[in-house]
Amino acid sequence: MSVASHDVIIIGAGIVGAACALACAREGLRVAIVEAETIGGGATAAGMGHLVVMDDSEAQFALTYFSQLLWQKLATDLPADVEFESCGTIWVAADEEELAAVKQKKVFYESRGVPAEILDAKSLHEAEPNLREGLPGGLLVPSDAVIYAPCAARFLVEQAQSRGAQLYLPAVVTEITADGVRINNGSTLSAHWIVNAAGSWSPSLTPGIEVKKRKGHLLITDRYPGYVKHQLVELGYLKSAHSFTSESVAFNVQPRRTGQMLIGSSRQFGVEGREINSAMLARMLSRAEDFLPGIANLSAIRSWTGFRAATPDKLPLIGPHSAREGGRDNLFLATGHEGLGITTSLGTAALLVDQLLERPSQIPVAPYLPSRARENVHA
Amino acid sequence: MPDAISVTVNGTAVRVPLNSTALVAILMSRASSPARFVRRSLSGEPRGPLCAMGICFECRATINNQRHSRTCLILCAPGMDIRTDD
Repeated sequence: MSVASHDVIIIGAGIVGAACALACAREGLRVAIVEAETIGGGATAAGMGHLVVMDDSEAQFALTYFSQLLWQKLATDLPADVEFESCGTIWVAADEEELAAVKQKKVFYESRGVPAEILDAKSLHEAEPNLREGLPGGLLVPSDAVIYAPCAARFLVEQAQSRGAQLYLPAVVTEITADGVRINNGSTLSAHWIVNAAGSWSPSLTPGIEVKKRKGHLLITDRYPGYVKHQLVELGYLKSAHSFTSESVAFNVQPRRTGQMLIGSSRQFGVEGREINSAMLARMLSRAEDFLPGIANLSAIRSWTGFRAATPDKLPLIGPHSAREGGRDNLFLATGHEGLGITTSLGTAALLVDQLLERPSQIPVAPYLPSRARENVHA
Repeated sequence: MPDAISVTVNGTAVRVPLNSTALVAILMSRASSPARFVRRSLSGEPRGPLCAMGICFECRATINNQRHSRTCLILCAPGMDIRTDD
């Protein structure tokens, strides 16, 4: 019997894998990180880097809030190129019906310890003068922040490496074996635990898990400092984000520290190609223009696409694969974060390590366990 | 100057021939200065017009409050407000 070369192998150096690697290394575990292409090159580069507390379900709230507190704790250690900025989020109401939802949203956040402030039409206009006239108001959540996620992933990997983690890059995992992984150069790595954090690619290594590729477009503008001051998201966002089948767009604009604006968002299932879909990009920009009419005159620098790992119930898979039929007791999952993985990476890592080390977590893990899918089917 | 129009560059009036680009107005406003740069890069380096046909983006200035306007592509109009960020 051979001695395992590592305690844990993390597959994927996106922000989730990077955070898991650091959390494991902090516990003194011998960590291997295996990345096929570049650090933070998948969904990490296809996300906006919005550190946001979500209210669409208790489980989503719990993980995003827990994670955001971890980000705030880490903020002072982040290097400048991570561009951590506590700009806050304004959830923008497009009509009176949505404004009514703002009040419920405020109650939800405040009753759970997250400050939130209702903006009426006048205060919304003062806060963001480039929004179109006549918007009825919105909800300001000041504690939300933004980061440049690919650099954050690189920082987390470097921190893990400084605690002894080994980075294998570029190295494509071709197979998860009984006690490790096989890499495309023919070599193998062995470990007590294997963590599949390969995002959109995770089902190709662990068939049967309910993760689907969801394509998204992003666009970044030239530098227009102060054009928007908060992350601006339409309140109707969840309506479009929560459809599991159709194509959708939503208004979602973010100020970068550089003065640039990152414009999203779009969602498409069943598309494999990475090319820009002009019609989709046009729909996304037209939605943004509905809220910020002046952006038609601004210069864009670049647009790109990427794939996010979506699950049917919008919650990530964090925990042992063994809880599923035919699962393996040394294989763990940390995937399926879709557009929230940048926020929830740190919380995911904490929950994962707690499960590896069989100790209690600070928030209940049940909603994120990979076994829940089976329970839902039987329910 | 026959057929001249008047614009302002950084608040100072400049008269330019009809059909001049905004870039011409900026350069004319600096005719007595050896520095022919139009803006500064993010790291503070001086930048000046290179291609004069809209490709290099080195001549950008704010025209009538529109930032990042390519001054080599935009014709002067009477009263145009041109502001460089150098």
